[in-house]
Amino acid sequence: MRQIAFYGKGGIGKSTTSQNTVAALSESGKKVMIVGCDPKADSTRLILHAKAQATIMELAAQAGSVEDLELEDVLKTGFLDIKCVESGGPEPGVGCAGRGVITAINFLEEEGAYDEDLDYVSYDVLGDVVCGGFAMPIREGKAQEIYIVTSGEMMAMYAANNISKGILKYANSGGVRLGGLVCNERKTDREEELIMALANKLSSQMIHFVPRDNIVQHAELRRMTVIEYAPDSKQANEYRSLAKKIDENTMKVIPTPVTMDELEDLLVEYGIMKEEDREGPVVGGESLKVTAV
Amino acid sequence: MPLNLVSKEEAEKVVQDILSAYPKKAQKDRAKHMNVVDESFPKDTKCVQTSNVKSRPGVMSVRGCAYAGSKGVVWGPVKDMIHISHGPVGCGYYSWAGRRNYYIGHTGVNTFGTMDFTSDFQERDVVFGGDKKLTQIIEEIEKLFPLNKGITIQSECPIGLIGDDIEAVARQASKKINKPVVPVRCEGFRGVSQSLGHHIANDTIRDWVFENKHVDTNSFAQEIEDSPYNIAIIGDYNIGGDAWTSRKILEDMGLSVIAQWSGDGTLSELVNTKKVKLNVLHCYRSMNYISRYMEEAFGIPWIEYNFFGPTQIFASMRKIASLFDDKIKEKTEYLISEVYGPRLQRIIDKYKPRIQGKKIALYVGGLRPRHIVTAFEDLGAEVIALGYEFAHADDYERTTHYVDNATIVVDDATEHELEKILKELKPDLFGSGIKEKYQAQKMGIPFRQMHSWDYSGPYHGVEGFEIFARDVDMAVNGYVWKELTPPWKRV
Repeated sequence: MRQIAFYGKGGIGKSTTSQNTVAALSESGKKVMIVGCDPKADSTRLILHAKAQATIMELAAQAGSVEDLELEDVLKTGFLDIKCVESGGPEPGVGCAGRGVITAINFLEEEGAYDEDLDYVSYDVLGDVVCGGFAMPIREGKAQEIYIVTSGEMMAMYAANNISKGILKYANSGGVRLGGLVCNERKTDREEELIMALANKLSSQMIHFVPRDNIVQHAELRRMTVIEYAPDSKQANEYRSLAKKIDENTMKVIPTPVTMDELEDLLVEYGIMKEEDREGPVVGGESLKVTAV
Repeated sequence: MPLNLVSKEEAEKVVQDILSAYPKKAQKDRAKHMNVVDESFPKDTKCVQTSNVKSRPGVMSVRGCAYAGSKGVVWGPVKDMIHISHGPVGCGYYSWAGRRNYYIGHTGVNTFGTMDFTSDFQERDVVFGGDKKLTQIIEEIEKLFPLNKGITIQSECPIGLIGDDIEAVARQASKKINKPVVPVRCEGFRGVSQSLGHHIANDTIRDWVFENKHVDTNSFAQEIEDSPYNIAIIGDYNIGGDAWTSRKILEDMGLSVIAQWSGDGTLSELVNTKKVKLNVLHCYRSMNYISRYMEEAFGIPWIEYNFFGPTQIFASMRKIASLFDDKIKEKTEYLISEVYGPRLQRIIDKYKPRIQGKKIALYVGGLRPRHIVTAFEDLGAEVIALGYEFAHADDYERTTHYVDNATIVVDDATEHELEKILKELKPDLFGSGIKEKYQAQKMGIPFRQMHSWDYSGPYHGVEGFEIFARDVDMAVNGYVWKELTPPWKRV
């Protein structure tokens, strides 16, 4: 059983990418379980064709405590027999979502959700590794490969670098490794090269470049993965290709995160700003010439 | 023969009175936690009473937390290991040497039972995580107390909230110091009472003592001569020396106790328990988990026993002896008829006339309320009400086998319920914990702390029964409370 996790900046398309990838894996005959680690509980929507109502934490709150729950209360089966479970958690601004993730994963382990028959467990984790709770999926004995979903936008890259720092911490204390960056195209300048360069800096790889295609939106509106909605589309093949690359991935590394300055240099180098802009405007009071390579 | 000091109707009326004070919803809920149990009560069902669920808000519960169950009960008494209260200072400070787990050793040198180790979390540690600090503490402990056999990390609430990876710290530290470092996830907010803490602690003994993948715990085992009579005492925390008087009986029978769990116990004893032929289990509630595990993993059978008072002592001795050869059985019968029998009879002869016909109420943890019932009956007294803080369905099922006269049995009692029972039934003795002590005494009701034996003990075994009988006599006959005139009555 391989345990993988998708991390990335909020809104980057983690849930969409992970569900489409999992659907593609499943299509190729793998048995997969998705563990959604996001209080929004939308990590399994495209597989279940509905937003999961019965999250672990919601049901635990109703029943009194998590000890009162049974596995079948929370484990749902969706498209292609993919098993789905959502940790759930509090509404924005209250409580502790991180603890929800810890409690949920402990519950799944104790209740034997990690069936020997499974080929993959895929964790879809909220935004950034902001606290210990959101690092739960990458501790010893949990996800061993992390895929960071990113794009050529600066903040997405910044988040990817930050997540690498979290992986670095747990790579030393446990066994987690960075499996690669998934570039979810935003149509920024020289995006593919930029992410390849970032991956290179992190000692990793860009495992796949997922081109932007509106068909993803069409599928999402119908609460479906592209694999299900338009199995013959070009985009479905992109996800199949990503799934295949993950399945065959042998490059799992301890990442080497970079400093903020290095990251900015990279952006400048890959021409987010055009050559002529470098002469005029300043960044933080200094001419870009100083920092530009 | 039951004395029936309280009739079933009276007992039922008290229960109704108690419930009548509650709003409807609370009434319906609490009714499921209360029963009047007597001989006719069904014994074969486990669904006798609602238990092990969340306490009701708004009415005081006497329960503790998971940390109390792990640090205070299961792990704390393991004397040659150091138990770090990991988190803010309060939990460690207020549980410091709070349980009277007697032990032999040089405190601070090779045993650490009455010492307190805490990571004293500050704001900084919550924000930035406490893993580094924990590593440092383990290193310091190793330097200052090199004779420790291992370390446990007893998590307090904040550790679980901020999600520190104490397992990773434990793995690395144990490789470094070559001793088991055991991370225990006993955050106080987990579960409904201290009971989950017992379970969590039992599981960590399984995972980090018996199945430790990072350190060879077998290297901590001591040479033991193999014998068909090797047994281990499980679930006796040696309060006031209980495990010692129990051990004496078992050894007099010809058995060889090679491990005590966990009162006056050591890491070597835990590891060595693999080699026993039988586990004898005293506190079922807190250590049935590890007993079941040892049965599955090592094929060691286990039986429950009760060394409270002559009737139970004899019954348990015979029950244990029945699993051994004739030599042990004969020795047991000899002890009962020639040695213990006469001695215990003298105790009964002395105290029974003074205790005869007294009404007893008990509200304790998860085992004692039923275990002590017969000891009181041996002295001519009768338990008319009993309750458990954190018992489960199997405990209530077992209780029905102990109770014959009409007895109010209450689960996770509220202060209102306890007060009402005391007021209505006016027991001659109330046995409970420190939080209940002064309320009872202010009502003029004699009281004994039945968690700590009120700084007395031991109460288990033959020697223990004599002390128990003396203490009960002292309380029910010697109390001063009814001689006092409160200020408002003086005028």
